[in-house]
Amino acid sequence: MLQIKELVAEIDGKQILNGLNLTIGDGEVHAIMGPNGAGKSTLGNVLTGRDGYEVKSGEVLFNGKNLFDLEIEERAREGMFLAFQYPVEIPGVSNMEFLKASLDARRKHQGLEELSSFDFMKLARETSAKVSLDAAFLKRGVNEGFSGGEKKRNEILQMMLLEPQLCILDETDSGLDIDALQVVANGVNAMRDGKRSFIVVTHYQRLLDYIVPDHVHVLAGGKIVKSGDKELAKELEAKGYGWLEGEVA
Amino acid sequence: MTQPVQPSDFQKRALTLAQQRSAPAFLQTVRQQGLDEFGQIQWPGRKTEMWKYTTLRPVEAFANAEWPADDVAADGEQLASLPELDATRLVFVDGIFDGAASDELPDGVRLFSQADEAARVVLDQYLGKIAKDIDPSRRNLFAALNDAWLTDGVLVYVPKNATLEKPLYVVHLSTAQAAERVANQRLLVVLEQGASADLIEHYLSADDASASFVNTLTEIHVGDNARLSHTRLNLEHEASSHVGAVHINLQRSAVANGFTLAEGGELKRLDYQINHCGEGAELNLNGLYLGRHQQHVDYHTTIEHRVPNCTSQEVFRGIVGDRAKAVFNGRIHIHQDAQKTLAELNNRNLLTSNTAEVDTKPELEIYADDVRCAHGATISQLDETALYYLQSRGIELPQARMMLSYGFINEVLETLPHEGIRTALQKRLRQRFVEEI
Repeated sequence: MLQIKELVAEIDGKQILNGLNLTIGDGEVHAIMGPNGAGKSTLGNVLTGRDGYEVKSGEVLFNGKNLFDLEIEERAREGMFLAFQYPVEIPGVSNMEFLKASLDARRKHQGLEELSSFDFMKLARETSAKVSLDAAFLKRGVNEGFSGGEKKRNEILQMMLLEPQLCILDETDSGLDIDALQVVANGVNAMRDGKRSFIVVTHYQRLLDYIVPDHVHVLAGGKIVKSGDKELAKELEAKGYGWLEGEVA
Repeated sequence: MTQPVQPSDFQKRALTLAQQRSAPAFLQTVRQQGLDEFGQIQWPGRKTEMWKYTTLRPVEAFANAEWPADDVAADGEQLASLPELDATRLVFVDGIFDGAASDELPDGVRLFSQADEAARVVLDQYLGKIAKDIDPSRRNLFAALNDAWLTDGVLVYVPKNATLEKPLYVVHLSTAQAAERVANQRLLVVLEQGASADLIEHYLSADDASASFVNTLTEIHVGDNARLSHTRLNLEHEASSHVGAVHINLQRSAVANGFTLAEGGELKRLDYQINHCGEGAELNLNGLYLGRHQQHVDYHTTIEHRVPNCTSQEVFRGIVGDRAKAVFNGRIHIHQDAQKTLAELNNRNLLTSNTAEVDTKPELEIYADDVRCAHGATISQLDETALYYLQSRGIELPQARMMLSYGFINEVLETLPHEGIRTALQKRLRQRFVEEI
C-alpha cells in the first residue's frame, strides 16, 4: 500500500523528518507514537501534500505510484485520507455541499457516476447516524461551531463516505471524552476490511485499546526509532519515551 | 445664490435636461430646491473626500445625454426571469413606469403623478426632506440631482398600525435604448406609528443593454414603533452606471432591517444615510458587493445617532477580483446626547487577485461617553488552510476557491428574509464564481 523510504522533509528551513522508513501493507493498522515535536503531524502533512512542507529527499510509493508526482487532490482521489488533528471551520460552505463535492470527486476518479442529490442525502444521513452526529450538522457550515468531539466525528463521517484505501488519523483522540472516543474507534473498526490500511498517530495508549494495531512505531527525532507490536504501546505508556532517547541518532 | 466656479459639462447638461421635462405643480418646490442645490455644488474631483476613490468620469460621459423615450416596454423574457415572489410588482423601464408589466397598485401605493389631496399632503411633508439634516460637507450631490429631475415616483403610505399587505417589489429595467440616456427613479415610503412594510428594489439590465446612467433616491420615514424591511439589489450589467441613495429616518422604537447587494459596473455608487431620530430605534444593515473585470463598486454608509438608546448593526462583505476596485466607507456618528448607543460595524473584504483593489474606511466619531461601539475592517485572501482542507478531500483547487468565495458571501446571503430572492441570488452568485473557475 505505502512505502516510505529515507524520507527527509522540512518546514520553514527546519528539518523535521530525518530519513524516515515505513512500509504499510494492505489491511494493516500501524500506530505511530512519539513525543511532541517528533514529526508525527508532519508525516501526515507531507503525505497529503500540504503547502509549506518541502521534501528534500527520499521516496514515497502509494500503490506503486510516486506520491510526490500527485497534487493534493489527486492523492485524495487515489484513496489517501487524513483525519485532521484540527479540522478546519468553513462558515458559509454547508457540510452537505462539502461532503457531496468530495464524494463526487472521488467517485468520478473511480469512474463511477455521481450520486443524485437524493441518494447522497440518504447516504449522508445514514452515515452521520453511524457516528452519532445529528443530521442537523449536515446543514451547518463545515465544522462551524462544532465542539471538538463533533469535529472529530465529522472527520470519521467523511472517511466513511469516501471509503479511502489509506486512512491517516492524526491525533484523532485528542480532546475526546470516552464516549466520543468509542464512536470514533467503532467507525474505524467498522472500516477494517482486510484491505484498507490505517496509520493511527497518537500520544496515548488509550485509543489503541479500542483500535488495536498490528504494528506500533515510535517516531522520535524525525525517524522511526523502535517498532513492535501492540505490547510496545503499553510499554511506552508505562515508561514514557525517555528510555528511548539513546536510540535517537 | 453662488454658482460654482466652473460647473461641469454634465452639470450644465443635467440642468438643461431638467427643464425639458414637465412635472405636476405640486412637485415644483422640490424640483426647484434640487435645481438650486445641484447647480451650485462644486463638481467633485479627486480632492473631494466623499469621492476620493471613485471617479465620476463615467457620469461625465453623459454630458450629451438625452431622456429615454416614453414608450419603452419591458421585455417579457426579462420579466419571466425575475424571482418568484408573493409580492406586488411595479415595473419601471429606463425610469418610465410600465403599467402593463405591473400589478395593480394596492391601497397605500400610488404614483406621484396620481397623487390625490391626501397623498399631496404626505409628499409635501416628507419628499426631499428625509435625512436632510446631515453634515453639509457630506451632502449628496446626486440626491439634489434626483430632486431636480423629479417628474414622478412611487409613494408608499402606510397609516397608523397598518401593514402593507404584500411586499412591494419595485423593478427597474435598463434597456438597450437607454444607451446615452439617463433615468431618474424616486421612491418615498412613509410608515406611520406602528405601521409596517416590506420593500424590495431590484435594478437590472436587459441582456443587450449598453451604457446607461440611472440616478435613484429612496426616502423612508419609519415612524414610532414602525417596522421596515428593505432589500435593495443592484444587478445591472457591467457597462452601466448607477448612483443611488437610500435615506432613512428612524423614529422612536422604530426597527429597520436592510439588505443590499451590488455587482460592480462602470460605476456603482450607493449611499445609505440613516438617522436615528427617536430613542430606542434599531437598525440592522447587511450588505454585499462584488467586483470583477474592471468594475467599480462603492458603498458609503452614514449613520447618525442623535438620541439615546439606539442600536446599529452593520455588516458588509465584498469580494473583488481581476482589476476591479471596491470602496467601502462606513461612518457612524454618535452625538453628545446619544448615550447608551450600541453600534457595531464590520467590513470584510476578500481579494482574489493581485491587481484588485479595496479601499475601506470605517469612521467612528463619538461624542457621548456611555456607549458601546465596535468597528473592524479586514482585507484578506482566501484562507490557505481551508483550501488545503478542501483539496485534501479530493476537491480541485479552482472548485475549492469557488466554494470558499461563495461561502464568504453566503453567510450574509442567508440573512435575506425573502426565500425567493435568496434562492435566486444564491444561484446567480454561485454561477458567477463557477464562471471564474
